[in-house]
Amino acid sequence: MTKINIPTPLRQYAGKQPTVEVKAGTVSEALSGLVSKHPDLRRHLYTDDGKLRSFVNVYLNDEDVRYLQKEATALKDNDTISIVPSIAGGW
Amino acid sequence: MLKMELTNYEALRRHGEETYPHECCGVLLGQMDGEVRTVNSVARCGNTRTDSPHNRYDIDPRELVRIQRQGRERGEDIVGFYHSHPDHPARWSPTDLAEAHWFGCSYVITSVEKGKAAVTNSFELTGSDEADKKLVDEKIAVGHAET
Repeated sequence: MTKINIPTPLRQYAGKQPTVEVKAGTVSEALSGLVSKHPDLRRHLYTDDGKLRSFVNVYLNDEDVRYLQKEATALKDNDTISIVPSIAGGW
Repeated sequence: MLKMELTNYEALRRHGEETYPHECCGVLLGQMDGEVRTVNSVARCGNTRTDSPHNRYDIDPRELVRIQRQGRERGEDIVGFYHSHPDHPARWSPTDLAEAHWFGCSYVITSVEKGKAAVTNSFELTGSDEADKKLVDEKIAVGHAET
């Protein structure tokens, strides 16, 4: 199973759980499994045309999946995915 | 409302003085209980916006993943973030709002005037999505006193 860490603002759409476990072979399958279990998450993670929102970072353990094989990145047992909305700003 | 001990409040203000004239940034960890966010610890972060550090900040998500994991081990969640506005008021800017995505979390801003921390304000990101989000003034209760 793959553990997905849900950031605090999105937990209200994931049954108030800090983590969700899914069975998946790739990052894409894991995220699909997550939004299948918790459909309200979809609009917060994906644009209307099905792309991950630009400010949503997806990390596999300590690596940004953009620098791996993106959503096609293969998963091993006990991998942890973290969904991390970006933090930025300034005057 | 955001609650924190004086040591944490002073730590985030001092961070802004240390990085002046650049913006500082960091993460607030603790507990969420309805409308009250209680800070148990403050984690300093580096500002990755080296192209414009005097008026922009950005936290490396990799650093955030690490902080989140360490917080979880202590039973703490991310409840907010802080940054400084060097020689600029402690009010949120259009950039702050555009780049804010952690709904229900606190965004603390400290103005740093000529190297000294001045005003510290906090804003809660309210709304349900990118279209209706707002940064709303909230009280900071420091120790037993409210500011």
